[in-house]
Amino acid sequence: MPGKLKAKIVAGRHLPVMDRASDLTDAFVEVKFGNTTFKTDVYPKSLNPQWNSEWFKFEVDDEDLQDEPLQITVLDHDTYSANDAIGKVYIDIDPLLCSEAATVISGWLPIYDTIHGIRGEINVLVKVDLFNDLNRFRQSSCGVKFFCTTSIPRCYRAIMVHGFVEELVVNEDPEYQWIDRIRTPRASNEARQRLIFLMSGELQRKIGLKVLEMGGNAVVGYLQCFDLEGESGLVVRAIGTACTLEKISTFPATATHPSNSSPSKDMKEPVFGEEAPGVPLSSGPPTPLRAQTFSSFSPSKSYSRQSSSSDTELSLTPKTGMGSGGSAGKDAGPLKALLKQQTQSALEQREYPFFTLTVFPPGFLLHVGGVVSARSVKLLDRIHNPDEPETRDAWWEEIRQEIKSHAKSLGCHAVVGYSESTSICEEVCILSASGTAAILSSRFMQDGPLDTELRFEEVVSPGCGFCHIPYDELNIPFPAQLTYCYCCRRYKVPDVLFTTIDLPTEASVTGKGCLIQARLCRTKKKAQGEVNAMAISNLLPFLEYELHTQLMNKLKLRGMNALFGLRIQISVGETMLLGLASATGVYLTALPSPGGIQIVGKTPSDITYEQHISNMQKKINDTITKNKELYEINPPEVVEEIIGSPIPEPRQRSRLFRSHSESSDDVSEIDLSHGKKDAFVLEIDDTDAVEDIHALLTDSPTPAGFYSCNTEIMPGIQNWTSAIQMFTSVRVFRLNANLTNQGLNKIFSDLCENLLKSLYFKLRSMVPCCLCHLNFTVAIPEDELIQVAVTAVALSFDKVQTLENGKQSGEKTPIKAITENDEQLQFNLELNAETSSSSISPKGLSEVGSHPSARDRCSSWIEQLKLKAHTIRRGSVKTTSSMEKASPLPEGRSRSLRSNRSYSGSSVAVVKMTPLSFIPGAKIIKYLGIINMFFIRETSSLREEGGVSGFLHTFIAEVFAMVRAHVAALGGNAVVSYSMKECVFMENPNKNQAQCLINVSGDAVIFVRESELELTSVQPQSATTQTSNGGEGT
Amino acid sequence: MSVELDVFVGNTTIMDKEVYQLWLNGYTVNDAVKVRIEGGVMEECEASAEVLLSDTMDQYRTFQMCERLLHHPAKLANQLLFQIPPDRQAMLIERYYAFDDLFVREVLGKKLSKGTKKDLDDVSTKTGITLKSCRRQFDNFKRVFKVVEELKGPLVENIRQHFLLPDQLARDYAAIVFFANNRFETGKKKLQYLTFQDFAFCAGQLINNWTLGAVDNMMEDMDVDLDKEFLQDLKDLKILITDKDLLDQHKSLVCTALRGKTNVYNEMEANFKNLSRGLVNIAAKLINAKDVRDFFIDLVEKFIEPCRSDKWTSIDMNLYLTHYTNSAHILDTFKHHAVWTRYMGVIKSCILRLYHD
Repeated sequence: MPGKLKAKIVAGRHLPVMDRASDLTDAFVEVKFGNTTFKTDVYPKSLNPQWNSEWFKFEVDDEDLQDEPLQITVLDHDTYSANDAIGKVYIDIDPLLCSEAATVISGWLPIYDTIHGIRGEINVLVKVDLFNDLNRFRQSSCGVKFFCTTSIPRCYRAIMVHGFVEELVVNEDPEYQWIDRIRTPRASNEARQRLIFLMSGELQRKIGLKVLEMGGNAVVGYLQCFDLEGESGLVVRAIGTACTLEKISTFPATATHPSNSSPSKDMKEPVFGEEAPGVPLSSGPPTPLRAQTFSSFSPSKSYSRQSSSSDTELSLTPKTGMGSGGSAGKDAGPLKALLKQQTQSALEQREYPFFTLTVFPPGFLLHVGGVVSARSVKLLDRIHNPDEPETRDAWWEEIRQEIKSHAKSLGCHAVVGYSESTSICEEVCILSASGTAAILSSRFMQDGPLDTELRFEEVVSPGCGFCHIPYDELNIPFPAQLTYCYCCRRYKVPDVLFTTIDLPTEASVTGKGCLIQARLCRTKKKAQGEVNAMAISNLLPFLEYELHTQLMNKLKLRGMNALFGLRIQISVGETMLLGLASATGVYLTALPSPGGIQIVGKTPSDITYEQHISNMQKKINDTITKNKELYEINPPEVVEEIIGSPIPEPRQRSRLFRSHSESSDDVSEIDLSHGKKDAFVLEIDDTDAVEDIHALLTDSPTPAGFYSCNTEIMPGIQNWTSAIQMFTSVRVFRLNANLTNQGLNKIFSDLCENLLKSLYFKLRSMVPCCLCHLNFTVAIPEDELIQVAVTAVALSFDKVQTLENGKQSGEKTPIKAITENDEQLQFNLELNAETSSSSISPKGLSEVGSHPSARDRCSSWIEQLKLKAHTIRRGSVKTTSSMEKASPLPEGRSRSLRSNRSYSGSSVAVVKMTPLSFIPGAKIIKYLGIINMFFIRETSSLREEGGVSGFLHTFIAEVFAMVRAHVAALGGNAVVSYSMKECVFMENPNKNQAQCLINVSGDAVIFVRESELELTSVQPQSATTQTSNGGEGT
Repeated sequence: MSVELDVFVGNTTIMDKEVYQLWLNGYTVNDAVKVRIEGGVMEECEASAEVLLSDTMDQYRTFQMCERLLHHPAKLANQLLFQIPPDRQAMLIERYYAFDDLFVREVLGKKLSKGTKKDLDDVSTKTGITLKSCRRQFDNFKRVFKVVEELKGPLVENIRQHFLLPDQLARDYAAIVFFANNRFETGKKKLQYLTFQDFAFCAGQLINNWTLGAVDNMMEDMDVDLDKEFLQDLKDLKILITDKDLLDQHKSLVCTALRGKTNVYNEMEANFKNLSRGLVNIAAKLINAKDVRDFFIDLVEKFIEPCRSDKWTSIDMNLYLTHYTNSAHILDTFKHHAVWTRYMGVIKSCILRLYHD
C-alpha cells in the first residue's frame, strides 16, 4: 500500500442550468479512482455550489497511481429519474508522484463533456502521500521525471545520457466494440478517453521502469503517439531518451562545479595516445566491424520489398532514405578511424543508439552525417492479444534496424533528433522513422570509454566541428563535393547538410534562416488490401525523391546551404498521397557557398525556347540575389585563395576524407550534382520541370518584419521581447474530383502558402517578429479532403538591435550563438566553460568561457533564493484561497455585495503556452510534470454550433483552456514544448454531426521574468508579489 | 476547391479592434471585408482579399463566442475559455456596451419590451444604424435594466460593478434605466432638439436629488424610483400660485432683484405669473405617474418655449431662476423651504441644460 491519494471537492461555478423549471442545478460530485468511488452531498439549487467536502482518501498501489487518472464527475441530482451527468474532469496524478515536481493540484478545472464541451468549473484539491518503501520500484516507476522538451531541461544538468527507451501498448478501440452500437456517443467517447488515459499512464510507467533499469532518473524528449487503427485496435506508443539529470538550483553552483569538471579535466590531459584503444569500461563484447552486419542494403536495392513471414500481414518496406540517409550503401570499409570505433563500440552494444534530443549539451554532438529515414507500408490486422503487442513491436524494430544501418553507412554510430510517426488510411499504415546520423562524444555515456577521442575532436572550434564529415571519404558510393571547412580549414565538409536536429547553439551561421517547405501530392488509384499497399510502397520513393529535389532547389534559391529540423510527413488517403517536408534553411559559415541554379533546356534548337529559358534563368538569379539580401547572407569572400593553399594536415590523424554530397540521392537514377562544380542544374525536358520551376518562383516571400523557422531559435535574432503568442490554425480543403498531379500540387502548395500568409496577417501587430517552431501536420481525413494543422509561436523582437546584429553578421563575423545562450543554457555552463578552455581554439574563447561560468554561479544563487521565495508564496496563496473557499458566502446576503466580492476576487491566472523549450526573457525555475491530455468532442448539432469551423474553433479553445487550467492547478504559469500531436477531425454535414479528437502534450513549468530575478537578488520578499503577476505580460 | 474549415486559435485571444467595431456595427462579413479593403489594410500588410476574408470570418466567430460572456461582463474575467489581457477585456466590454446617441434618442423613455424591440427595424431605417446593431444596443439596455431593477443601492455604482463599465458609460446607462423605468416621454417633436446627453444630465440630477436613495443612503433604498413622499410634499408648493398675496410678493421680490440686470426685464415681468404657475404646476402634478412621463414636455412647453420666444439668454435664465428660487425663502408665509430647495435645485439645472440659446 505505498500511496494515499487524497482529494477534496471545494466548489463549482458557472454550472449549466440542468433544471429548466427553476433555472438552477442540484449538483453533486462523484470522485473515482480505480474501483473506489466517493460522493459529495447534493448542493441544491445553485449554479455555484459550495460542497467543501471532506478529504476523500484512496489507498492504492503506486502502480495504479501511475496508470489511473483521478476521475471527477459532476452530476445533477434528480429525484425521479436518473441523475444527469454534467461533465467530467480527469486529473493526471503523475506530477504529484515525483518529489521534484508539483506537490499539490489545486484550482479551478473546467468540467468537460464530450457532447457539450466545457460546462462550468470545479475547484478541487488533490494530494498524494507516498510511503517510503525501499522495495517499491517493482512494477511502478514513481519518481522518474518525464519531459517533452527535446533538450536537457533548463534547470537541470545532464550527468549521463543513457539512450533510447521505447514502449508500446495496444488495446481494442472502444469505438469499435460491439457495445458501441447500443451505448450513447457520450458513453463511447468517455470510454475512449478513459482508456487512452489508462494506456498512456501504463506506457509511461513501463518506460519509467526501463529508465530505472538503465540507471537513469528521467526521460527527455518524451514523444507519445496514438495510432487509431480503427477496427484493428488502438496503439499507444512512446519513445524518449533516458537520462540522469541533476537539478542545478538545488545545489549551490560552487558545490557542483568541481565534481562535474573533474572528468573533463581528465580529458584535457592527453593521457592516452591516439592509438590507445580506449577500452570500454563496461565489459561489452568486442565490436564487430559494422561492415558485415548490414551489407545487404545496397543502394540499388534501396527500395526493395520484403514480405514478412506472417501471411495475414503484408510487409512492404520501401527502404528509402532521404538525403544522405538514403545512401544505405556499402558499408564503410576497414579504413575507419580507430578512435571513432571506441565510442561506437559503446553505442553499438545498445540495440538502438538513438536519441530523441534535438539540442545537446555542448560537446556532446561531435559530427553530423545527415538525415536518415525509413518508411514501411503495412497492412493492419486485428490485434488479437492486447497483452502481446508483438506484431507492432516487430514492425518498429524492423524500421529502427534500418535506420541504424543507414546511420552506419554514413559512418555514424548514433542517430539524434530521432522521431517516429504513422499515417493510417483504412487498413493501410505507413510507419516512418527519421533522424540525423551523428557521432557523439562519449562524455555523457555511461558505458562509453572515457574519452580518448574527445581531446582530438575538441581541437576543432565548436562553431564548425559538427559539420565535418563523419564518414569515410573513400567509400561513398556516389560522386560528391567535399571542401575544406570554411571555418577551420582543416577538415572536410559536405556542400550541403540536412539534419532533423535544432541548429546547435554554438554553430556559426551567416545571416538569418527561414522556413523551407517542399509540398507534394500524388494521386493513386483506389485499391484494397495488398494491391493498395503495393501501390503505395511503389509511390513512396518517387514522393521522397521529389520532396528532396524541391527542398534542395528551394534551399539553393535562398542561397543557403543547410537544413535543420527537417521533418517529412507522408500522409496516405484513398486516392492520393501527400508529402510535406518542412525545415529551416540557414547558411552555415563552415560550408561552401551554394552554387546557383542553372537551367538547361533539352532541345536547344528553338530560339524562343532558349529565350524563355534564359528569362527563367534570370528570374532565378534575381530571386537568389534578393533572398541573399533579405536573409543577410554575405559570407566572407576570402574563400578562393585559401582553397588552393596546402591543407594543414590534422595532427596525428590518419583518417582520410572522402567526398560525399548531400545533394545526390540514391533513389534518383540521374545524379543531379554530377560533374557540376558550383551550379545545381535543372533540366527542362517536360512540363513537369517547368511546373517545378514555376512553383519555385511562386513561393511568396514572407512580408516585411516577419521571419519564420521550424526550429527552436532563429539564427541571427537574439533580442527577443517577452511578447509571445502561441497559436493553432487548422484548415480543411475540399478538392474537386479528377485533378491531375500538377493541379493537386498547386492546390496543396497554395493551401500551405495561404495559411502562412494568413498567419502573417493575423500576427501583424507583433512585427517585428519571428514565427518559431512552425509545425505543419497534414492529413487526408477523407477522400477529397486535405487537412493542414499548424501550431507555432510568434516571438517579437527588438528591431534596433537586430539591425546592429545584422550589420555585424553582414560585415563578416559569424554570430556566436554561445554567448547569447548563456542564460538559456544554464544547465551546463560549467561544461561550456571547460569546453572552451580545453579547446585550443585561437580567439579568446576561454575568456568568454570563464566569464559566464562565474555569472552562472551567482545566478544559481539567485535562482535558489527565487525558488524559496516562490515556495513561500505558493504556500501562502494556498492558505488564503482555501480560507476563502471554506467560508462560502451565505445566500441571504445582499446581492450587490455578494457579486462584488466574487467578481473582484478571482481573475484567472495567465498561463503562457509555447512549443519552444524556453520562454524568452524568462527563466524556468521549476518543472512541474508532463501534461498529456486527450479529448474527444462530438456534436449532433453542427449547424447550431457554427458549422465545422465554429465547432473546431470552440474545441481547440477548450483544449487550450483545459491545458492552462491544469497547469495553473499544478502551480505553474507556463507550458513549454507544447505540441498538438493529434487532431483528427471527422464530419458528416448531412447528419449535422462532427467529431474531433485532440491530443496535446507539454511540460508544465514555473518561470520567472529575468527582470524580476534581478529584483529578487536584492530583495527576495518583493519578488513574491512579482511572481504572481509575472504572467501578465502578453 | 473550397475551404471547408478554417480556424485560428491563439493562446492569447487575438482581437482586432477595427473588426470588432465592424462586428458591433452589425456589418456582415462581406461588408466588413469591403470596409477593411477600403481602409487599406491590405497594402499595409501585403495581404490578399482571401486572407482578409479568412481573418474577418475568424474574428467574427471569436466575437460570437465571446458575446455570451459579454452579456455578463464579470464572467469575462472569470472564464477560462479565452485568455484575454485585462485591458483588452475592458475594451471589449466598453465597446460592446457603447451605444449610438441617435439610437438611444429613439428608445429613451420607452418601455424596454418586446413591442419596442419589434419596432427596431423602423428605428434602423430612420437612423441608418443596422438592425443588428440596434438589437444589440436595445438588448444591452434591457439587460442592464433587468439586472439593476431589483438591486438595492446606488444605481450608477450597481451598473458599474455588474457590467464593469467605465464611470461615464455607467452614468449613461443609469440615465437610460431611469428613463425607461419612469417612462419619461422624450420622443415628442418639441423635444427633438434635445440630445441624449441633455437627458442624461437631467437623469443624473433627478437620480441624485429626487429618488429615495438621494436622501438617505440605507441599503434598501432604490435609485430607480422617485421618492414618493417628496412627490407628495410637492403638492404643498401650490400655495405659491394659489395664494394671490404670495404670488405678488414673490413677483415683486424677483423683479426688484432683477431690475437693470437683464435685457429681457419687461418680458420677464409680464410673464412672471405664467412662468411661476408653470413650474409650480409641474411640481404639484408629479405625484401622478402619467404626469411624471410628461415632465420634460411640460418643462419645455411651460417654461422653456415662452422664454425662448422672448429671446432670453442663458444668463438671463440663470439669473431669473436663481432669484426666483431664493426669493421664495424670504416669503413670510411660505413654510416649505426644504421641498422647494430640493425641487428648484433640480429644475434649475435641468432647465439650464435643456435651454439651448
